[in-house]
Order: sequence, then structure tokens, then C-alpha cells
Amino acid sequence: MDWKRFSFIGVIIAVLFGTVVLVGYKAEPPILIIGSMLATTIAVATPLSLGALSGVFCERSGVVNIGIEGMMLAAAFFGWLGSIYMNTIFGFPALPSLLIGVLVAILTGGLFALLHAWLSITFKVDQIIGGTVINILAVGITGFLNRQLFFDKNSIFQGNVPHAPGVLPIIVFPVKNFIEWICGLTGESEACYITANAFGKVFEQKPIAIFAIIFVFVTHYILFNTRWGLRMRAVGEHPKAADTVGINVIRTRYINVVIGGFFAGLAGAYFTLESVPSFEPLMTNGRGFISLAAVIFGNWTPIGAWAASLVFGASQALQINLQFFRELIPAEWAFFQNSYAVGQIPYILTMIILTGIIGKTTSPAANGQPYDK
Amino acid sequence: MSEPVEKENKGQALKSVLNSLMVPALAIITATIVGGIVIAVVGGNPFAAYSGLLQGAFGSVKAISETAVWATPYIFAGLAVALAFKGGLFNIGGEGQLALGATTAAFVGYALPAWVGYEMPTIVLLPITIGAGIMVGFIWGAIPGALKAFTGAHEVINTIMMNYIALNIVSFLMNGPIKDKDPLNVIARSPLIAEGARIAPIFDNLRVHWGFVLALLAAAFVWWLLWKTTLGYEIRTVGANPDAAKYAGINVKKIMTFTMGLSGLLAGLAGTIEVTGLNYRHELGFSSGYGFDAIAIALLGKNHPGGVVMAAILFAAMRNGATRMQFLTQIPVDIISVIQALILLFIAADSIIRYIYRVRQSGEKVVLTRGWGG
Repeated sequence: MDWKRFSFIGVIIAVLFGTVVLVGYKAEPPILIIGSMLATTIAVATPLSLGALSGVFCERSGVVNIGIEGMMLAAAFFGWLGSIYMNTIFGFPALPSLLIGVLVAILTGGLFALLHAWLSITFKVDQIIGGTVINILAVGITGFLNRQLFFDKNSIFQGNVPHAPGVLPIIVFPVKNFIEWICGLTGESEACYITANAFGKVFEQKPIAIFAIIFVFVTHYILFNTRWGLRMRAVGEHPKAADTVGINVIRTRYINVVIGGFFAGLAGAYFTLESVPSFEPLMTNGRGFISLAAVIFGNWTPIGAWAASLVFGASQALQINLQFFRELIPAEWAFFQNSYAVGQIPYILTMIILTGIIGKTTSPAANGQPYDK
Repeated sequence: MSEPVEKENKGQALKSVLNSLMVPALAIITATIVGGIVIAVVGGNPFAAYSGLLQGAFGSVKAISETAVWATPYIFAGLAVALAFKGGLFNIGGEGQLALGATTAAFVGYALPAWVGYEMPTIVLLPITIGAGIMVGFIWGAIPGALKAFTGAHEVINTIMMNYIALNIVSFLMNGPIKDKDPLNVIARSPLIAEGARIAPIFDNLRVHWGFVLALLAAAFVWWLLWKTTLGYEIRTVGANPDAAKYAGINVKKIMTFTMGLSGLLAGLAGTIEVTGLNYRHELGFSSGYGFDAIAIALLGKNHPGGVVMAAILFAAMRNGATRMQFLTQIPVDIISVIQALILLFIAADSIIRYIYRVRQSGEKVVLTRGWGG
């Protein structure tokens, strides 16, 4: 990641945030709007950053993974299924059911990744075709089981969609209280309390969102500061050389692809266990593919990919936050608040980014090539 | 002297054709068995399910007609993917190209005669309607092709992004500007197209229409284009080895853009024919899944137009028969997606099939796509 790309990211995010501030400053103080935009951006960027980490693990070790979308979808379904199974059939309380659901989602991602690894590493199947197989398989299995379990009277749920145990709870960092405490010391100004409120919004996040950010930095550390990371990069750049010095290329690739699957699985858990308490067929809606674009734009680095995910998150946050100021949008701009228009931003941004006009990226040298001894 | 050699060649050619059909056939059989196990695991009877499937697909004249109706867009879309593969490009954007083509045809089919103000004859209106639909398909395919050729942006991600963009545009149009204004209409669909923009059914009381024949002709055309013309030779050369093609003086960038455009045109044709031949309007959500099924069809057909037609008919039979199967055995139609994914899996990983059935590899391996790089 170079300055050019980080400044591009900064400018786009500033424009997106600025738009909402421009629309809504009459109704709410700008800092509150920015706080709420930032909070939404972090939340909705979660599956993208986790998907991007999945991509980093796979592609740094030399395996192209366009199956992230399918892994997310399958994990979203099975994680959700696991949580309602625990909740309604075994009578577990909500929180443990949800945590088991998250675990099931992670394992589902790993299992699908294992299939991808088996296809692309052992059978040396064209990796893009292998990823497509994963995507189609995930759509088929989730669609089939969704209808079989929840719309068939003979199923274990008697053809009803059971009451889901809700979503993971918000974790509040006491930042707001801390700033309010300072406000109390420094003369109780109104601006200070508004600031406290704005920061408070940013630091009220759900657990998967928080873990996503932690994992970005953990992955960065692993990739560039540990022996394992060095091996991973070696296997992705020059497998033959890695093999010569005694690194087991096949095993390294297998492990990293499966770890990538775990991340895709956690991203899937976000959809049904953290965002909304329900499953819909095709609900991942291209997030897996967008996170791949984030990997490419972030030049296969975890922090760069995370920054790119935030851009996509911000464009989605714009759409969500504009809803609050619906009445303030002038009639001639009404078209813009239309989700058909704003909703296009992530997809068009992805295409612009891929053209490389914001700077060329270099993929790991052996990315996409099966290893033959 | 030459005769026995020729005979031997003929024998070998036949053997290699049989061998190349063997893996797809075994893949289908294996996927069917695994699908049967899945049905049994969820408590169904696989034999009842499959016999219901067959009955629904071929059990009567009407069933066969319906299978042909299903096969029509599959053939066009499968050809689209296969043509792109031949040019070394992976078109996952069939879904978007198809939806935009269909929307355009639906729009032109009702709006043009209304604008002109008199009833236009089929010979004028139908070509214009189809032409507009495939032109939009061509453009929607050529954009990622050009981006790949001139900037190196990978067409896989770009075609997927353009799918979402297209679906957003289509749902905007279907809910707003070109929504059916009939007071009784509550769903996102366009008005019926004029009589003159419709393709006639082949038989009086069956839904199968001349679009099916057109699809077969399209397959013949793609075969002719790829193997009998200079352009086809250039497309295949770029697909096999772009560096060598460049060295041989082929304008690789132009060919890449054109190949993707042509691929988009065929996908757009799939949507256009669905509108002009079958539904006489476009409705939101009707096209879901064609784009991905087309990939499986192209791979199952080994990217050969003849293979694509056979694979398309197989997939059409499965989709068509599935409704009857669900009616008879309560097995959800979605099991078909699972079986199709499994077929694709076994086709892609033919080493699995070769390993299970001890079939030897014949001929050289086909290179389908290349990694990111660009």
C-alpha cells in the first residue's frame, strides 16, 4: 500500500461522509452524523474485511479463491441453523446458542475451504472453476435445505421458520462515559456532550465487528513478522524455492486455505447471527466478490484490504444514513437517495479500482498455479 | 497402403470421441447417485424422485415441449460461456447480460409500436426488438472484455460486478419507468409486447416456439464461426496462448473485447428470446440462476457447441422435471441445483472421476482460465 492508494481511500471516504453531513447538518450536529456514519461503516464493513482476510490467507499462499461468496453463504445458513437448533430443539438460552452458531459457521467455512483446497491443490483443478463450483454448491445446498427444513411439514421444524434466538449483543466500550466524565471536569459545555455521544456510537459495536478489526492486525503481524507468515509468502511467491529449503508446499497451502475458510465462515456468521436474525437465499449479495476486489486493491496486505473494505462499508453506510434525512433531500436530488442509484457505488468502485488507474497491484507470483514437484 | 492407416485413425478418432463423452457421462451418473443419497438422507425416496423427474421431463408431448422451452435460453447462455472460454475468457456475467437484453427487448417490443403509432408487422418489429436486445448484451459483455484487454482488470470480478449493476438497473426500470401501468398489476413487470414483436409457437397448443430452432441454429453458427472462419481461428489462438497470438500478428486486445462482446450478445439473445418467444414481457426475477447454470452447461459440454446443446437439454430436463418431482414426492426443486453443482464438481475435477472409474486421460488438457495476474 502506497500513499497514493491510501489517499484515494481517504478522499472517497471523506466524500461519502461529507455528502451525508451536507444533507443532514440542519437536523443534527455534523460530529454526530460523522460518528453515526463511522459506526455504520465499521459494522457493515465487517463481512468485507473478514472476507478480505480470507482472500489474503488463500492468495498469499498461492490459491485463488473466488468461492468466498459461497463459503459465506453456506456459513450464514449453517450457523443460523445451528443456533436455532440449539435454541428450539435443545432449549439452550439465546447467547450460548448464538455462540455455538458462530462456531458452526466458522467450521462450515473451513469445510468448504477444505473442499476448495482438495480440488485446487490435490486435484489441480483450475482454481477459478473450483471457486465457481463452491459458489454454485453453496447456493444449491442452502436453497434446498432452507426449503426442506422450513417449508416442509414433515421436517423437524414442522414447516415453520422457528423463532430465532436473536442476534449477538452490542458490546459497549465505556468511551462515552469517559468523555462525559471529562466534560464534567471541564465546564459542562454542550459541544462536549455531543462529542461524547458521537464517540459513544462508534464504540458500541457487536463482537464479530470487533474481532474483525483485531484479526486484521493479527493477520498483518502473522504475515510479516512470524516464521509461519514467511513460509506462507514463500509458498505463494516461489513454491519451488520454498520446497527446496524444506517447506511442505502442499501442507502449507492446505492449512492457509482452511484458515481462510474460517474467516469466510465468521463473515457468514455476521449475516445471520450479528446483523439480522434470519436467513434468506442469496443473502450475501456479492459481498464475497467485493472483498476479493478489496484484497486486490489492498495489494494483498491485510491492512490495505481492510482500508478498501471500509470504502465499500462507507458507501453502504451512506445509503443507510441518508434514510434518516429523507425529508431534507431536495426534490431534484431525490433520485440519489434511491437505493438503485446509491446501491451501485460499491460495484462501480470495485470496477474502477480493478482498472489499476489508482496504482498497479502485484499479485503473489505463484497465485493460481497448482504446485507440481 | 494408406487405407489401413486411415482406418486406424478413424478407429482412434472414434475412441477419443467416446473417451471424451465418457467423463461427462460418468460425472452425471455419479452426481445422480450422490444426489440420490442426499434425497434419502433427508427422508425421501430417490427412486420415486427420479422417476417423477423423468416423467415431468419426457413423460408426454407437453412435457417434451416444456423441456425444449427450458432448453432454449440454456443453449444460448451456454454458448455464450463456451465461446468466451474458447477465447480464454470467463464470462460469469451471463445473468446481467441476459436480464438487460430481456429488459431492452421488452421495452422496445411495447414502446416502439406505441411511439410509431400504428401496428408494426412482425417482419419489421421482431428484428428491431431482437436487435436492440442483443446490442445491449453485446455492449454489456464488451465492457469487461475491453477492461481486461486494455487495463488487465480481471473479467471474472468485473462481470460479477456488472451483474449486480445490471440487476439494479433492471429492478429500477421494472419498478418505475417501464412498469406495467395496468391498475390491476402489483408486481414489477413490463407491459405485454406488441403482437408484431412475438415469435410464433411451432405447434398450435404447445408452448415450444421457433426460438428453440433459432437456438440450434445459433449453436451451428458458433461452431462455424469458431472452426471455419479466420475470426474464429483468431479467437481460439488468443484463448490458447495470447502471447503467441500477439506474435503472430493478431490484434489480441480487439479480439478479447470482441469475444466478450459476442459472448454478451449470445447471453442477451437468451433473454431476448425468452421475452419475444415465451413470456411476451419481462418480469423481475425470472432470470435468476441462468448465468451460473450456463457455466455448468458450457463445462459439461466441453465448450463445444454440440456438447452445449446436449448439456442444455439435460439441464432443461432436470429443471422441467423437478416441478413434477416436487409435486409427487415433496422433494424441493432446489435438489436440482445440488445435483448440477455436483455435476460441475465432477466435470471440473475430472481426476476424481478418472480415479474412481479408472479412466485414463486422453489428449491434452484444456486451459480454461488463468490466475489473476492480468
